[in-house]
Parts: sequence; structure tokens; C-alpha cells
Amino acid sequence: MLQTSPRAIPALYRSSVGKKAIMAVTGVLLVLFLIAHMVGNLKVFLGPAEIDEYAAWLRTIGAPLLHHEWFLWIQRVVLLAALVLHMTMAYQLARRARRARPVRYRHRAKVQGSYAARTMRWGGVIIALFVIYHILDLTTGTVNPGYQHGEVYRNLVADFAPERWYVTLFYTLAVVAVGFHLRHGLVSATQSLGAASPQRARTLNLAATAFAVVMVAGYLSVPFAVTVGLVD
Amino acid sequence: MKLTLRVWRQKGPQDKGGMVEYQLDDVSPDMSFLEMLDVLNERLILDGEDPIAFDHDCREGICGMCSLVINGTPHGPEKATTTCQLHMRKFSDGEVIDIEPWRSQAFPVIKDLVVDRSAFDKIIEAGGYISAPTGSAPDAHAVPVPKPDADRAFEAAECIACGACVAACPNGSAMLFTAAKVTHLGLLPQGQPERYDRVVNMVEAHDEAGFGGCTVTGECTVACPKGIPLDTIAQLNRDYLAATAGRRKKS
Repeated sequence: MLQTSPRAIPALYRSSVGKKAIMAVTGVLLVLFLIAHMVGNLKVFLGPAEIDEYAAWLRTIGAPLLHHEWFLWIQRVVLLAALVLHMTMAYQLARRARRARPVRYRHRAKVQGSYAARTMRWGGVIIALFVIYHILDLTTGTVNPGYQHGEVYRNLVADFAPERWYVTLFYTLAVVAVGFHLRHGLVSATQSLGAASPQRARTLNLAATAFAVVMVAGYLSVPFAVTVGLVD
Repeated sequence: MKLTLRVWRQKGPQDKGGMVEYQLDDVSPDMSFLEMLDVLNERLILDGEDPIAFDHDCREGICGMCSLVINGTPHGPEKATTTCQLHMRKFSDGEVIDIEPWRSQAFPVIKDLVVDRSAFDKIIEAGGYISAPTGSAPDAHAVPVPKPDADRAFEAAECIACGACVAACPNGSAMLFTAAKVTHLGLLPQGQPERYDRVVNMVEAHDEAGFGGCTVTGECTVACPKGIPLDTIAQLNRDYLAATAGRRKKS
């Protein structure tokens, strides 16, 4: 008979396996957002009217049931909660790992695991810092030159102008970090949720790489197009 | 062969320890790695020094006692081979070889290269068993086992609990060991009654022992002398989530 265990949920939250499952689920939520965000970004190639209209539409989702911008705020709260959980679990697991080996090896062989796997933690920190900058840049407009609320096209073009190459460079580094994070994150999430199998390993690895490449290409196409003058 | 060994020497659990260098001038390429250490130890005893303590038992690659990190790799450079089955012909003349114990909070050093692996016993005690009714033994073919399950269970059952997975893991995680046991017992009909309690209890014992969590780097499976596959951990995760989130744990 199946019985409810009163300790089921705490065990899920407490254990190292449960923490990874939480990271996987919150990671999936964030990935879904990344996909939607990238599709939205690509509208810049369809002209100012299209992307500005799209940005305005985001504020009317759910109307008339939801008031102006309500959906956006619900989404922000959900994403923030997912992000906080994801980072808290990562921090706790990283601390746990550090404590698990108090005396280091004098001679450490070259790590076999992928570059993506090794850079998950610091890559994650870089992404977190970038997200803060990104919100100040294109959501609040604090660090954007001459930010105009609702004029997405104008703000983008001003942001990635050739003379502001350092912004584009930082953006590129962050997006590549996201790419590596996605590459290992997808494989890892599949494993954490118990869906990985030897038969699927090859397909999964290929799919994760392909997805990461598509995401990086999609995200980088916008600033590069602005910098080289394809979009102005 | 001439070799330079740099060996971790530590007088006891409280001693700070450090690497000590030894020169060996007459090593046969046909010696096993442990025989090479035996030769060095005989010399140290003759010289009135304390011989290097290291774990070993069967020297056939099946007991799981030998536990040396050789040049930063658990069980040395040869794939799917325990230290006792590693031969000196795998090294080159004049090579410098670093030898260290397993490094883990949960495996404290007792002396030199010997570590206390009782933490694995704790994990086994938490669920590494099945209920076997007393009475006469049932016929071997009385309980059908699907061939793929039998194969996967057997592959996982090859784990000799040496702890190389822990030694190799950048997170100091023993998840490959725990997963090997969970997969081995959980896929067979005899292991079903405790299946979902086993996985939760073993993971809890794993965490309590101070091992780190798995981040799927795959270092463990590369170092494993028995080649336990990484997907055993997916099996563990699947059973763990079914037991907790899926509420299939019975007690």
C-alpha cells in the first residue's frame, strides 16, 4: 500500500539528492523563461514597431482578467523565487562539497569532466552578476544611455552602439557563460530528475550542446547586429 | 627501473602529515604496485624505519581494500584496474610517483595511506540488505528476473566498495557507491520490499557521513576500477524522487 510519509518533503529539501532535484526544477523554469526571452529578442530584426508592440503586449497578458503588468509581476516573482532557490541550493551543495574534502590532494590529476561541468559554480556567479547589470540596463534603464521606457528598439540600439564595445563584450561573455551553464545544466537536470539512461546519453549530450549553441547564437545575434550596423 | 616515490606519511589521525621522498633503484617492471611498496617497506624495516602503512588484502582486484591515489588518480593510470592489479610496467624509468591516501572528510586517515572507511558500512547498514525468509532455499529459477534488469543489477553489483569514487569526486561525494547498491538491490525482485525505504535511508546515511552531493561531473565512473556506470545515479535519483515526492516510501 502506498502511504504518505510525513518526512517526505523535508527529506526532499534536506538531502543532497533532493537539493539537486530542486535545482533541476527551478532550472527548468529559468530555461523556459530564457527561451521566451530569446524569441522576444529576435523581434528586433522585424523592426522597431514589431518589438515595441511586443513589449507593450507583455504588459497586457491576461487582460482583462489581469490588470496592466500583473502577469509581468507574477512572472517576476516566480522567476525570482526560482532563482533564489536555485542559488541557495547551489550554495549549500558547494559548501557541503568543500567540507567533504578538508585536506586537498598535493597532486591532482587533470580533471576528466567537461569544462562546462567545472565552471558551473563560478559561471553561475558571473551570470547572477550579469542579471543584475542587465536589469539595471534594459529594465530600469539606470545604466542605459538616454533610456526611454517602452522604446525597446531605441534602448537596444543605444546600448550596443559600436563605441560601447565593452558593454557588448561583457554581454557576450555572460551569454557564453549561460551557454556553458545550460550545456551542463540540462544534462545534469535530466540526471537529477532520474530521467537519464545509457541509451539516451548520446542523444541527451547532443541535444544539450545543440540547445546551448542555439541559445547563445540567438542571444548574441542581437547585440552583434547592432554593433555591426545591421540593426540601427 | 629507477623510481622516485613521494609518499604521504602521517603517524596517526592527529598528525599533520606530509610527503616524504624515497628513491628506488631496482624495481622490476613485472612487480605489482603493491609489491613495489613491499620491497620499499622491507628496506625501511632493515634500516630501522617505520614501514609505510597501506591497505591491501586479496591482491586480486576483488576485495576493495587497496586504496592509493597515484599521481592524483585513484588506483593509478590504468583504467578499470585496482592498485593491486596495476603493474610497474605502466610507469617509465626515472618517473616521479606521488602516492596519497583517499581524501575525504568521511574517510579519516588512520596512518600513512590507510583510511577509515566505516562511513561505507554506515550506508550499507542503512539499507544495503534484503528481507530473506528463513526455511529451505527457493529454487534459483522460481523468481523470474527480466534479462535487462539482471544485467544492470549485475553490473552495479560489481562494486567492491573501495571508495575510489569518493577519492576522485571533486565534491567528495559517495553517490556512485550508494547508487551502485541501490541499483543492484532495487532492480531485483528480492530487493523490492525495502526498495523505497532503502534509497531514502541510504542517501540520509550518505549525507550524515559528511560526503558531498553529486554534480554529475562523471569523475567517479572514470576512476571506478569496476566501471560502475554514472546512470546508476540516475536510477538512485529516480527511486529517491518516487520515494519522497511520489510518496512511495512506506515507513
